[in-house]
Amino acid sequence: MAVDIPAEVVQQEQVGPGLYRLSLYAPQITRSAVPGQFVYIRCTDNLDPLLRRPISIHGVNRGRGELFLLYQVVGKGTALLAGKRKGERLGVMGPLGRGFTLPAPGQRVVLVGGGIGVAPLVFLGQELVQRNNQVCLLVGARSAHQLPVGKEGYTAPFELAVATDDGSCGHHGPVTDLLEKILAGEGADMVYACGPRGMLRQTASLLARYDVPGEFSLEERMGCGVGACLSCVCKTAGKGGEPLQYRRVCVEGPVFPAEQLVWD
Amino acid sequence: MIKPNLAVDVAGIRMKNPVTTASGTFGFGSEYAPFVDLNRLGAIVVKGTTLLPRRGNPPPRIVETPAGILNAIGLQNPGVDHFIEVALPYLRQFDLPVIVNIAGDTVEDYAALAARLDGVPGVAGLEVNISCPNVKKGGLAFGADPDSAAAVVRAVKGATRLPVVVKLSPNVTSIVRLAEAVVEAGADALSMINTLLGMAIDIRRRRPALANVMGGLSGPAIRPVAVRAVWQVYQALKVPIVGMGGIVTAEDALEFIMAGATAVAVGTANFINPRATTDIIEGIERFLVEEGVSDIQELIGAAHMS
Ligand SMILES: Cc1cc2nc3c(=O)[nH]c(=O)nc-3n(C[C@H](O)[C@H](O)[C@H](O)COP(=O)(O)OP(=O)(O)OC[C@H]3O[C@@H](n4cnc5c(N)ncnc54)[C@H](O)[C@@H]3O)c2cc1C
Ligand SMILES: Cc1cc2nc3c(=O)[nH]c(=O)nc-3n(C[C@H](O)[C@H](O)[C@H](O)COP(=O)(O)O)c2cc1C
Ligand code: FES
Repeated sequence: MAVDIPAEVVQQEQVGPGLYRLSLYAPQITRSAVPGQFVYIRCTDNLDPLLRRPISIHGVNRGRGELFLLYQVVGKGTALLAGKRKGERLGVMGPLGRGFTLPAPGQRVVLVGGGIGVAPLVFLGQELVQRNNQVCLLVGARSAHQLPVGKEGYTAPFELAVATDDGSCGHHGPVTDLLEKILAGEGADMVYACGPRGMLRQTASLLARYDVPGEFSLEERMGCGVGACLSCVCKTAGKGGEPLQYRRVCVEGPVFPAEQLVWD
Repeated sequence: MIKPNLAVDVAGIRMKNPVTTASGTFGFGSEYAPFVDLNRLGAIVVKGTTLLPRRGNPPPRIVETPAGILNAIGLQNPGVDHFIEVALPYLRQFDLPVIVNIAGDTVEDYAALAARLDGVPGVAGLEVNISCPNVKKGGLAFGADPDSAAAVVRAVKGATRLPVVVKLSPNVTSIVRLAEAVVEAGADALSMINTLLGMAIDIRRRRPALANVMGGLSGPAIRPVAVRAVWQVYQALKVPIVGMGGIVTAEDALEFIMAGATAVAVGTANFINPRATTDIIEGIERFLVEEGVSDIQELIGAAHMS
């Protein structure tokens, strides 16, 4: 069950330009957190900025009760977050939302992360490896220094490939090129993706073309984070041929089956 | 000192303390149950309900502004039948008056909703939303014109025996004129304020930040406007008022009570602090003890005494 707790900063580490990895002591959250879920963080004690900020769960150390977040500074809230130091406390609500559905053990899965969208996929990859799934993580970024994970020296318990827009690391081009190569070649049983809308849209069309199921984690502007205000909706195809409907990213998502999403 | 009395009565809706939730910010209650003991609330006002399910507006539906938010939800809700069959049975397990916020496109819609909810076990009262700025028909179209507002209220009163609270908009020249018209038409209580019509531009995209273009401003930014509205209406009319608009702390809530509100509703603050309602109840009680006030009633409209 979700809780709202004052979580202590265990470690704040800069891992790239405007990129941070934050570790929080939050055993009440790590206990039940699953990949794809997020936390809703109060970045300040005063009213500016007013709202909390949603950040995906990037990993957990259940033994130590530590929650890991990977985030990019893009505005006021994330800048305040980056200023938090060891020992400070933050209001953290979580775990929130519906996570990824896990594939059958042994299945081959591909994870596609665009930019900071890779954050929840690392948590997912770690869990899948433990379940004896064959995991390949594809990471896309504008250039080598902006890679959130996958830089030289990065070790992961799964296969990893990188694509950059400027060719400074790995494949020169969009990360979806790497996905297409896999789908056209050895194939995959399941694809999980998180990233910018354009990347997700392209991924959706590849999944349709190669007839592979997928799940995407979405981002939308939030109010309450718990399903009460209907601020955070995305457009989905209705269940069983019903008309289009708006569904709440904070509770019905952030993870949705790829084929239910409507891209307009 | 003995525990001060916090209980209030809003047109027959008996509340164990003056704190309720603002419609649309607290869902149907279950969403916040992991964080708040719903039994502790004075009452709950649920999300705006319509006769048929509503899809609502396209996203983005919310944008943060200085000390506030703009929203344009467009009354997405599963419809009154779903509310009665699914949400209400859940709420009945709590010791908690349930006030149903209703909205329609036409006077007939409001009357049909009132009739549908009349006599349904677990419903303590109706809040008539004639002040939503985010829908094309209904909403503000009724709330900005005294005659139309009165017509809605008469139709609702004619269709139900439940206490009827009418929710007023600040987007009018004189909120007192609207208040007088709806009280004349039979409103048992008034709630105020709904959101202020506003807008923001995303300068990178050179487009309005909300897909709906305009939205309703709520949060601390609107509190002084709301306190003023309560003050003016209290001065003009003898009718219970549920005050709201930017309440975050017990001190904020006490401003509304001293301006003339019998009860207060907490909205946007729930998003920041899911326990805002119960924190405010505790804060009000502490204030009464500190000030040696034995009954909250003594403070209602207290700022008006010279
Ligand atoms: C479910 C979910 C998971 C996320 N996980 C991560 C993550 O792991 N790492 C990470 O770096 N970012 C993540 N984001 C995006 C992150 O929430 C935004 O970057 C952040 O809210 C920006 O706040 P700001 O004050 O710095 O920026 P500002 O642009 O100043 O924020 C202004 C307002 O817009 C909202 N907003 C801005 N960008 C986004 C966005 N992309 N999605 C939703 N709301 C936004 C803010 O919350 C705030 O209300 C996630 C978003 C969602 C919805
Ligand atoms: C996201 C959101 C949804 C709302 N939905 C409704 C609604 O359905 N019906 C209604 O009467 N008011 C609605 N309101 C208005 C609130 O009930 C309240 O009047 C307003 O937000 C001012 O209070 P606050 O500043 O404490 O939020 C909504 C407000 C917000 C922020
Ligand atoms: S943020 Fe309120 S419903 Fe999702």
